[in-house]
Amino acid sequence: MKIENAIEVNNVSMCFNLSRQKVDNIKEYVIKALKRQLFYEEFWALQDVSFEVRKGDSVGLVGMNGSGKSTMLKIIAGVLKPTKGSVETTGTIAPMIELGAGFDHDLTARENIFLNGALIGYPKEMLEERFDEIISFAGLERFVDVPIKNFSSGMLARLGFSIATIVDADILIIDEILSVGDYQFQNKCKKRIREMMDRNTTVLFVSHSIEQVKEICNRAIWIDKGHIRMMGEAEEVCDAYEDPNEKLM
Amino acid sequence: MSLLSVFVKYRDLINQLVMRDIKTKYRRSILGLLWTVLNPLLMMTVLSIVFSYFFQRYGDVDNFPVYLLCGQVIFNFFNESTSIAMGSIVHSGELIKKVYVPKYLFPITKVMSSGVNLLASMIALVIVMVVTRSRVTPTVLLAVLPLLYVLLFSTGVSLFLSAVAVSFRDLMHLYSVLTTAWMYLTPVIYPMSILEEAPRWVVFIINANPLTAFIKVFRAVVLDGVTPPAILHVQSLVWCAIALIVGSLVFKKSQDSFILKI
Repeated sequence: MKIENAIEVNNVSMCFNLSRQKVDNIKEYVIKALKRQLFYEEFWALQDVSFEVRKGDSVGLVGMNGSGKSTMLKIIAGVLKPTKGSVETTGTIAPMIELGAGFDHDLTARENIFLNGALIGYPKEMLEERFDEIISFAGLERFVDVPIKNFSSGMLARLGFSIATIVDADILIIDEILSVGDYQFQNKCKKRIREMMDRNTTVLFVSHSIEQVKEICNRAIWIDKGHIRMMGEAEEVCDAYEDPNEKLM
Repeated sequence: MSLLSVFVKYRDLINQLVMRDIKTKYRRSILGLLWTVLNPLLMMTVLSIVFSYFFQRYGDVDNFPVYLLCGQVIFNFFNESTSIAMGSIVHSGELIKKVYVPKYLFPITKVMSSGVNLLASMIALVIVMVVTRSRVTPTVLLAVLPLLYVLLFSTGVSLFLSAVAVSFRDLMHLYSVLTTAWMYLTPVIYPMSILEEAPRWVVFIINANPLTAFIKVFRAVVLDGVTPPAILHVQSLVWCAIALIVGSLVFKKSQDSFILKI
């Protein structure tokens, strides 16, 4: 792996088995097996995708719904193993755990900070030390000991973002999180992302808001039906993606 | 990465997950954690009143409440930990899709939080032993062994169940039926002497049952004050080894496909 790269994606392909219906109980499995109907349809979510991300870059992934953006992020985050090819990353990865996923709704904000922080892999001492900072960034001072099932989705997003970005990870993965929260918080997030980028954090950003991609990212990759359609400067790629003539093709 | 270094690396997470289970279980109940002691105590009272009446004529159990509670503590731990751990992967689906953590931590932390309940129910056992003036001998220190056996065995079974439950959700409903049958095939509430009239195949199953071995060892050291025969230890350890090996192999083989099915 080259020293200046944070992420290297080498010829990654990802294949899903689409059974017509998902067989997840024994009765169906036995019946289908007996009738020899356990056929799977293959679906290649990504085909032979390769790219490199340099340290300190912020890369936007753009593309239609179902083009393979989220699959790509999951492979980079290490939760999904590619069918073919390999991904190499350096340093720590901070995934932005989406609404609800890393939280326990019966616990308070305080308890969830430690639970969620531990899931991302932050040591307890560090979380204790920077606890107030996390709460104040999320603007939840008054709700520290309220069970988060009473929180609004915006409050949860703020808490999640605040926890994930409290230390500079080497790679920050953001999947559509900025679409929640009011403009004030969005601006706060963008500011923090830029600060992290200044300190050499690599950012991977998925959004359907082309404006946000242009604003935050310096490079962009356009994924279309599992292939890389275009990659380069954020402005250029976004303009091409938005170009109506292109879409008609 | 070796198992030990994973545990060191993720010790905060393990801590948090276990604490979460305990906190959420007793949240909003006035007596809170005290329930872990009260629950087995109350259950034991009901059962020992009912069953000491039924089993009076067998008369070979000196201290029925302690006899009963010994069996209950072991069986309930096994039942609780495996039943909860079974759904641990399925229920952590959202998380597994987002962030990489060794997936076996989910079933294992469930067994650990049931282990905390087990320790609390040991307090109930001590209380009953004091109240019934049970004879305490130095062999009681060996009680660690059967507890360790049931912990290892439950861990293996939990790994297996949590992995197969991802592909076959119905097992989660079937399992409660299985554990009910399992309870009747374990000498928890009845004395062993009742089996003299039972058909031979039933006796065979009861004796082969791993939980029977653990409970026998436990009762020998706690209630009878004798060191159990070596064969019981061998039997226990063999069952633990089988459960752990099969459990981890099945889990390891299927863990990469979890994310596609949850």
